[in-house]
Amino acid sequence: MIYDTIIIGAGPAGLAAGLYAARAKMSTLILEKDKTGGQIVTTNEVANYPGSIEEATGPSLIARMVEQTEEFGAEKKKDNIVKVELKGDIKTVTGEKETYRGKTVIIATGASPRYLGVPGERELTGKGVSYCATCDADFFTDLQVYVIGGGDTAVEEAMYLAKFASKVTIVHRRDELRAAKSIREKAFAHEKLAFIWDSVVEEIKGDGIVETLVLKNRKSGETIEIEAPEEDGTFGIFPFVGYIPKGGLFDGMVEMDRGGYIMTDADMKTKIPGVFAAGDIRSKSLRQVVTAVSDGAIASVQAEKYIESQK
Amino acid sequence: MLSLDKKTFEEEVLKAQGLVLVDFWSQTCEPCKALMPSIEELSEKYQGKVKFTKLDVTKARRLAISQRVLGLPTIILYKDGEKAGEVTKDDATKANVEEMIEKAL
Repeated sequence: MIYDTIIIGAGPAGLAAGLYAARAKMSTLILEKDKTGGQIVTTNEVANYPGSIEEATGPSLIARMVEQTEEFGAEKKKDNIVKVELKGDIKTVTGEKETYRGKTVIIATGASPRYLGVPGERELTGKGVSYCATCDADFFTDLQVYVIGGGDTAVEEAMYLAKFASKVTIVHRRDELRAAKSIREKAFAHEKLAFIWDSVVEEIKGDGIVETLVLKNRKSGETIEIEAPEEDGTFGIFPFVGYIPKGGLFDGMVEMDRGGYIMTDADMKTKIPGVFAAGDIRSKSLRQVVTAVSDGAIASVQAEKYIESQK
Repeated sequence: MLSLDKKTFEEEVLKAQGLVLVDFWSQTCEPCKALMPSIEELSEKYQGKVKFTKLDVTKARRLAISQRVLGLPTIILYKDGEKAGEVTKDDATKANVEEMIEKAL
């Protein structure tokens, strides 16, 4: 079977593209390698998606998107894509399970949290180091937590973690938060939140679980070691220091910016005819659910136009 | 898959002979829920060779920490009550879990 469109990734961008494509009666396949919904499903609170149901969470919002996409008849498969052939009229997308063929491809692979890149980080991931507050907050009930970063995500997740932890300390490389004013004000008023400014993580240490966090002050050059309180034995470290695009599969095929994000025009078109990019994987200024679904909608409408023009 | 709690964990895992796999998960852990169907598939494949169990850590936080589990998803394989292998977070994939089982068999 040759699909009208193959969408790689089932986050908000991919699901919106699937919804629009299927509703336009295009034969539509959405491919996802692990969890449906992308990064937003690990977010507890989604307050800024217009029209979202009251007390929307990442999972509740995504559940509704999946429902809608399925109502219109988009097909969804779980497969890990290992190779793509994007040139020509028929594109080939090869997964671990099957090979799929389509007239158009919409790349919606998204981004993933950036690692700090310090010694001990990888070894102690899942052992006190975590990038998913909703997954792991519960472990740190009545323990201390350090959040690394100063953007919206870092500060919002710090406040979520403070519902569990005895104390949450935000470690930021600058002397002021980059987060939006409304979020900053809440954070500074929060009784469980503390701040360490101008500091970066040098190393994370521990024998099997996190025991020590080594910080370096960028201004004074001074290094401090934060030890787990003896009665606790450990503490949590949650880095939220930005994202990296998941575009490795398309290296050298489509144009990318210096950060590795895929460049498109305003119609989500890449330089390859019939290939589009949508959502966090795209080079753009605002990465939110609201911009992801917008990209997805535009991409599938353009995919439909492209197929028409090929007839 | 057998659902464990903090009362049954010792008997079913630490005092059990042979291979026991424990899927540490929770309701709020979306990656855990995405992984679960793959683990269920493996439980059918290795039926009779490995006992497949799952533990919701929400009601067994201290127990999980005692097993040095501080992040989800985590899959641990026990052999005669001792840890024989462990995968966590991004490494907790169907392929890696299968590899861990094959090594221990």
